[in-house]
Amino acid sequence: MNEIILTLFNGVSLGSILLLIALGLAITFGLMNVINMAHGELIMIGAYITYVIQNIFINYAPPEYFDLYFIISIPVALVVAAGIGMLLEVSLIRHLYKRPLDSLLATWGVGLILQQTARSIFGAPNVGVTSPSFLSGGLEVGSLILPYSRLFILGLSIVCLFSIFYYFYRTASGRRVRAVMQNRQMAECLGVSTRKVDMLTFAIGSGFAGVAGCALTLLGAIGPTIGTSYIIDAFMVVVVGGVGALFGAVSGAFGIGILNTVFEYVTNATLGKVLIFIVIIAFLQWRPSGLVMSRSRSLD
Amino acid sequence: MRKRNFFYLLILGLLAIFMVACSAADNAANATDPEEAAATEESDSNEESEEDTIKVGILHSLSGTMAISETSVQQAELLAIEEINEDGGVLGKQLEPVIEDGASDWPTFAEKANKLLQQDEVATIFGGWTSASRKAMLPVVEEHNGLLFYPVQYEGMEASPNIFYTGAAPNQQIVPAVDWLLENRGDSFFLLGSDYVFPRTANAAIRAQLDNEGAELVGEEYTPLGHTDYNTVIAKIKNENPDVIFNTLNGDSNVAFFKQLKDAGITSDDITVLSVSVAEEEIKGIGADVIEGHLTSWNYYQTTDTPENEEFVANYQEEYGEDAVTADPIEAGYFGVYLWAQAVEEAGTTDVDEVREAAKGISYEAPNGTVTIDGDNQHVYKTVRIGEVQSDGMISELWQTEEPVKPDPYLDEYDWASDLSESLAE
Repeated sequence: MNEIILTLFNGVSLGSILLLIALGLAITFGLMNVINMAHGELIMIGAYITYVIQNIFINYAPPEYFDLYFIISIPVALVVAAGIGMLLEVSLIRHLYKRPLDSLLATWGVGLILQQTARSIFGAPNVGVTSPSFLSGGLEVGSLILPYSRLFILGLSIVCLFSIFYYFYRTASGRRVRAVMQNRQMAECLGVSTRKVDMLTFAIGSGFAGVAGCALTLLGAIGPTIGTSYIIDAFMVVVVGGVGALFGAVSGAFGIGILNTVFEYVTNATLGKVLIFIVIIAFLQWRPSGLVMSRSRSLD
Repeated sequence: MRKRNFFYLLILGLLAIFMVACSAADNAANATDPEEAAATEESDSNEESEEDTIKVGILHSLSGTMAISETSVQQAELLAIEEINEDGGVLGKQLEPVIEDGASDWPTFAEKANKLLQQDEVATIFGGWTSASRKAMLPVVEEHNGLLFYPVQYEGMEASPNIFYTGAAPNQQIVPAVDWLLENRGDSFFLLGSDYVFPRTANAAIRAQLDNEGAELVGEEYTPLGHTDYNTVIAKIKNENPDVIFNTLNGDSNVAFFKQLKDAGITSDDITVLSVSVAEEEIKGIGADVIEGHLTSWNYYQTTDTPENEEFVANYQEEYGEDAVTADPIEAGYFGVYLWAQAVEEAGTTDVDEVREAAKGISYEAPNGTVTIDGDNQHVYKTVRIGEVQSDGMISELWQTEEPVKPDPYLDEYDWASDLSESLAE
């Protein structure tokens, strides 16, 4: 019984991590259909921002406030990554909206530039981020220990999901974004500045990549190549979930997370990965457009 | 429209400036390196012609995933070359390093090794880290009868006449670590490793050893290189509740594993993790608070108490910054250069066959203690040390062998390994 609950929790936890790294991509790739290979590097930027803010706190803030660095890092990572995303959109991506393969290569190049930049600034070796003390340890449920860091990431992904949902479905600005993505010409005719909407949407997607990077510092290595370990998973989630559908990404993330954990528990990590890919390939044969079908301008 | 174009150009211009600045900073950071050193040497003695230098190749990954580890080994090798040059060089000639980038790509290692031997005609190559890169260079150095000094601990089962192995053979790291754990920490073992040749070969040896000692193997798990989620593995570990986890994970996975192990509430008091690929450099990335109290097995730590090491650490930090840490492979790269230089002095020539003959039995006072080249297999005698990670990220020694251990790459001296060497050596 315990094992089942723990496996389920681990699956949900992995799902929440996948969701967090894929949320931004679900916007930039899912809604806008930009194959953004630099998404992983935006995650890396979020992670390094956490590192920088931690160092600022170590050097300038009284030690009793040290834990606050993590709380502050999240919005800062969101804003900085969004800013870099906006710059990227303005300078490069908007010229490539109608050329998906070119944007794939160009953003991959941008990713390499960002990696090398991080290497020049922070050095090639991994850097360390100390988890805030309120996230160390875990919640004891019976004989199980559910790590606070995992619960925090689960909570954070839910908060991010709901704020994105609120923005897209409950605000005027979000409605405009959906209108542009569904029918660009019509939206333009009605006086929506599609240029601004594109820029804003890409910035939001990039910003959430930054938040994901911030959260990942709790779990793993922080180095120039951190993005490459997550980019495949992120694309996998969006493709399985259905390009163009936010809630497809949610079901995709938790579906992959839980299945992967179960497979890994029953077999081993390598074989688990193989099995999950087999399931995904089979699934995409059956439903080529993913779990949730949707139409967007580029799929028309 | 014109305005927009201008803005675009501006951004491009800024990017270009930024990149130039970056590469300039890079060059500045590397200015301590050979070109400059060589340049100053040359200006010191104008009459020196091309033939008064000996070219040596340095072949590490300076880009790609392995750059993290290999860059510092390269730095240590350059430091040794610089020191040797300051003391008058080898055979009265200055050493001239030729640096190539293996780019974490095994075919590139073979190609660059070929280039160094054929085109640059280097006297020896110092290089490699992963077993895959060594296996890629091996046929090349054998074909052209070159020399390779390989600085990293590895899985054994190899002894090429053209390679000198300055890292530990399995009996100089893994076998004594298992013995020590059995004696001091308990006899139920969980083996965890990355899924490639080194962990699988090492664990095959450990299984045989545990079997022989009557110890219990409760689990064995492999994860892909770069794996980031260890919750499931940790759940399995909890189920089995071993005394010891023998960790042969490599690279970034160590960071994820140790962070998540701590989050799961398992400390070094509950289960001891002994790692063979985590040294001072890696601890910086993992975070000392996360890995504190766990163990490592190496031949050298930054804290190793010898006068040679004190000097080495001081010189290394002077050259590469106060925050720079030294570690086992860095030290092995460093003294490899000295061993080669000594062998060349002994032979009186850089001819490969004569150097190899002269190298037999040569010893050097390395930072880790006395190292001696074993003439039979071209590995070195080294002291084995078990250490515990401290809260400041340094490793303090718990135990060491009384004298340097004879290298035994095929584990010939152990009865339990007799089937093993046959099945693995092919």
